[in-house]
Amino acid sequence: MKRQDIQCDSQGQLRHFLTIEGHKRETLTQILDTAENFVTVGNQPVKKVPLLRGKTIVNLFFESSTRTRTTFELAAKRLSADVLNINISTSSTSKGESLLDMLHNLEAMHCDMFVVRHEQSGAAHFIAQHVAPHISIINAGDGRHAHPTQAMLDVFTIRKHKPDFTALRVAIVGDLMHSRVARSQIHALNTLGVPEIRAIGPCTLIPPYLEQMGVHVYNDVREGLKDVDVVIMLRLQRERMDGALLPSELEYFQTYGLTQEKLALAKPDAIVMHPGPINRGVEIESSVADGPQSVILEQVSNGIAVRMAIMSVVLGRKPSGEEGEA
Amino acid sequence: MSERRDVQTLLSQMASDLQSLLHSRHITDPAIIGIHTGGAWIAEQIHQQLKPEQPLGTLNITFYRDDFTRIGLHPQVEPSNLPFSVDDRHIVLIDDVLHTGRTIRAAMNEIFDYGRPASIILACLVERSGRELPICADVAGERLSLETHQHVKLTGPDPLELLIQESK
Repeated sequence: MKRQDIQCDSQGQLRHFLTIEGHKRETLTQILDTAENFVTVGNQPVKKVPLLRGKTIVNLFFESSTRTRTTFELAAKRLSADVLNINISTSSTSKGESLLDMLHNLEAMHCDMFVVRHEQSGAAHFIAQHVAPHISIINAGDGRHAHPTQAMLDVFTIRKHKPDFTALRVAIVGDLMHSRVARSQIHALNTLGVPEIRAIGPCTLIPPYLEQMGVHVYNDVREGLKDVDVVIMLRLQRERMDGALLPSELEYFQTYGLTQEKLALAKPDAIVMHPGPINRGVEIESSVADGPQSVILEQVSNGIAVRMAIMSVVLGRKPSGEEGEA
Repeated sequence: MSERRDVQTLLSQMASDLQSLLHSRHITDPAIIGIHTGGAWIAEQIHQQLKPEQPLGTLNITFYRDDFTRIGLHPQVEPSNLPFSVDDRHIVLIDDVLHTGRTIRAAMNEIFDYGRPASIILACLVERSGRELPICADVAGERLSLETHQHVKLTGPDPLELLIQESK
């Protein structure tokens, strides 16, 4: 399949990171092990390693983001790369320049990597198909399709607390319909060998294809949370909802919002995760978000190390692999 | 063909030379740092013999190598760990084999990202010929003059074995 092939060069080395789909378990494990080494860089007095000195990384954000963009920027800077942030709503595309013309201009400036966020599914793939052979693309979230670096930092955080993926029961709760994060998480958890993944939410927010991905669907949150090791809460993505998918936020919170009382149904040592930004009192109670089982802020710190790992694995491929690219 | 060296003899030589050097420089509170992987094994042995106050430090220099763009990334699972402040401290940097000097260059760069040490002493199990940078060992278990096709290889950690091999 084209989508899977495009991520690797002719020697099978990782060239783009667009989706979790198609990657072998070893590739994901290599990224997680590399990230382990980068965690300590944040504790050094000089929070930098010289690995990507001389490389130029462009953050191309067609959709607003704070956490993802800043952690990508910090990751690149801690690797000593030069970083360019381009906010598309204020760039020349608003003067009528086409996307490809803008990309070719950035190529002409000898950049090495584009980190792309776009509201359209497939945007990162499209760009990867059209860039010059020396440029790598990292997908920082495209529409409802994928957010692979978020999924990697989530499985990294899980591994820190629960090292054996093959013994886990993971629940993903909330708006799976609009969530690229959930799709990528499910692919990553499946690839790493997690035996039981549960999706919990109202029928209107659970997409029909989940069961084909091996996910067990629960509409009853109490039944779904029973004895799970990991609870991943998703943000209610009101900005992506066009119809009346929900009666009200209050009713959603009462039914699906994670409270201490509902969390007590999970295993006593279960961890609570959320990709952020959190809507307190909508999908999660403050006392849970800030409670002892929450690893939400750890996810943010880990996001820097994991993004450093992905950038350095991609840009660290042997140069001979660049030649002969289709 | 290959030739075996007794690691324990080299280690005792290193430890006693290092002790006299520290003594002559009036260094009483050194911090020992070993370079992953072989250097960390040697450093652990030296640390046990010298029993300094500071815990053992280890460095993983993967991200400071000068050949990243040529050979790519080969991460090790063990990250760097310096459990003491580097500032104003006398450091004993330990590696198994000093060859080109490039590993030591990378290690010193990394140490300086943790602080400004008072001094660095370089101690190696074997100092062999083939330097490409102006770096030399202050202490060496053995100094060998080898041809480019000869390789020194330490395996371990238990038991530690040192082999001098000829490549084809």
